[in-house]
Amino acid sequence: MKLSFQIAKRFLRSNLTQTIIIILGIGIGVSVQIFIGLLIGGLQNSLVETTIGNSSQITVSAEEEEGLISKYEPIIKDIESADNRIEFVSPVLDNPSFLATDEKNQSLLVRGMEKAGANSIYSLSEYITEGSFEKGENKVLLGIALKEEYDLQKDDMINLITPDKRTVECKVSGFFDLQVASINESWCITTLENAQEIFGTGDEISSIEMQMYDENVFEADEAATKITKKLDDDSIVVTDWKTENQSLLSGLRGQSISSLMIQIFVMISVVLGISSILAITVMQKSRQIGILKAMGINNGKASLIFLTEGLILGVFGAIAGVLMGLGLSYAFSTFALNADGTPVVDLYIDKGFIALSGCIAVAACLIASLIPARRSSKLNPIDIIRNN
Amino acid sequence: MDNILELQNITKVYGTSVKTQVLTDINISFKKGSFSSIIGQSGSGKSTLLNIMGTLDEPTSGKVFIDGTETSRLSKNALADIRNKKIGFVFQFHYLLPEFTAIENVLMPYRISKGAVDKGAVERAKELMEITGLAEVMNNNATKMSGGQQQRTAIARALLNNPDMILADEPTGNLDSNSTENIYNLLRDINEKFGTTFIIITHDRRIAEMADRIVEISDGKINVDIFK
Repeated sequence: MKLSFQIAKRFLRSNLTQTIIIILGIGIGVSVQIFIGLLIGGLQNSLVETTIGNSSQITVSAEEEEGLISKYEPIIKDIESADNRIEFVSPVLDNPSFLATDEKNQSLLVRGMEKAGANSIYSLSEYITEGSFEKGENKVLLGIALKEEYDLQKDDMINLITPDKRTVECKVSGFFDLQVASINESWCITTLENAQEIFGTGDEISSIEMQMYDENVFEADEAATKITKKLDDDSIVVTDWKTENQSLLSGLRGQSISSLMIQIFVMISVVLGISSILAITVMQKSRQIGILKAMGINNGKASLIFLTEGLILGVFGAIAGVLMGLGLSYAFSTFALNADGTPVVDLYIDKGFIALSGCIAVAACLIASLIPARRSSKLNPIDIIRNN
Repeated sequence: MDNILELQNITKVYGTSVKTQVLTDINISFKKGSFSSIIGQSGSGKSTLLNIMGTLDEPTSGKVFIDGTETSRLSKNALADIRNKKIGFVFQFHYLLPEFTAIENVLMPYRISKGAVDKGAVERAKELMEITGLAEVMNNNATKMSGGQQQRTAIARALLNNPDMILADEPTGNLDSNSTENIYNLLRDINEKFGTTFIIITHDRRIAEMADRIVEISDGKINVDIFK
């Protein structure tokens, strides 16, 4: 083993330019694989984050339309104990109403939620453009589109018309921009207590919203099933984002498959390239192999020389590939920018994927060196001696 | 004295459709510690005979015994082991590994058999290189030596594992007459000092006559076999 390693090392060193070119060749293949993998991974992450990052991923609501859930505290406790992949749980009371203005009545969805829940699920504090989410009687936050359309200011008083035709006066404590036009023009957010007070529901809610830990986002359907089992209540339904976003999921799947296909074909071309280059190396070194065989090196050790060459090239190629792949990804996230200066795709470093790509490259190089290793083992020293 | 090498009814035919008979019914044996030369015209089959003696080539028919062991039934790896431990080769072209230094080349047969070199092996390599007059160029790359030095490195390499016999095919074919004589004197000294059997192919009658035995091959047959 040691002898084969040293001979392989000398062979590679004796033609350093060729060795460096081979390593660069492997490195470029690996870097393309890593770059595409990280790019698609980053793209999917940002897509998932945009789509469901700031929304409820699992929702528990009453079976009956517009039905309310009373005694929700034990339900929340049950949910929290049902599955440890759930990060946040937040009770919400949603009610339709109208914003009464001089010209027309604008329909609104008044969402009562706890401050902690609003911040954890909707990251509300990050999106408040003016004012704050305050506790206090009849204080509400409005979407930014309403501010523009009705020329509203912070601390203005507005009238809300409830479904039972009561008019409730509220104070605008601020505005939010959740980056979705339909939300900005129709949501009115207030505290859970305020909403219960405004609509006279008492201590009842319309739904319980949840978010999973980031790494478990794609297990929302499993968690939802566990919650359904734990609650075991026919008057309650549990929905999850995966069930409701099948088209997004199939898009993500398609993207993953195409990314995988590109990576596989890049790897195949790397394997074929290395294999043919190593085959040429065997021809270049056939004289030396012949001499070694005449001196008594056995076929196994002669093959091991080229397997070791494959291993050395694979390890250095993988290191070069990882560095170039990370460099490419970094350059892409630094120079490919949106109009607002944010990266088109955020830099996403998946250590597991990078390590796996490196290992695959090393394994591919070993496989690629099997053919030259076989040729080397079959080489007959007499052919070299006779045909000098 | 026992035979180190014995050839029985060796025939060698090259080609399948067009057959060329290179050796015909060769019977010959060599005693341990003997110093023999094989001469013959170019194309007479002497190199083929030497390659068969050294298990590098297989005879079409006949048997080769090395130190009493019949070689045709041995596996390739067993033959490689015999070549490594019992036989040293010196070819017309030095066949050094250009990627290694002179002393690394000399140590190569030891590394092939033992894996790593120990102090004793290095000492022996140095001793052999001193005997062959290579003390000054031990750490030179194999390609950065004169033709004579390269050939003497190949001789030191052939001797390292203390083989029973050295097979040399025109070991001085590429050297001037002065170097040729030096190398022959060196081989003779080694033969006397270590008792190594030498079988040397040469086309130079003057050199052949320095050996204890002269075998002349002509048209694939033994024409003359003289013991002095």
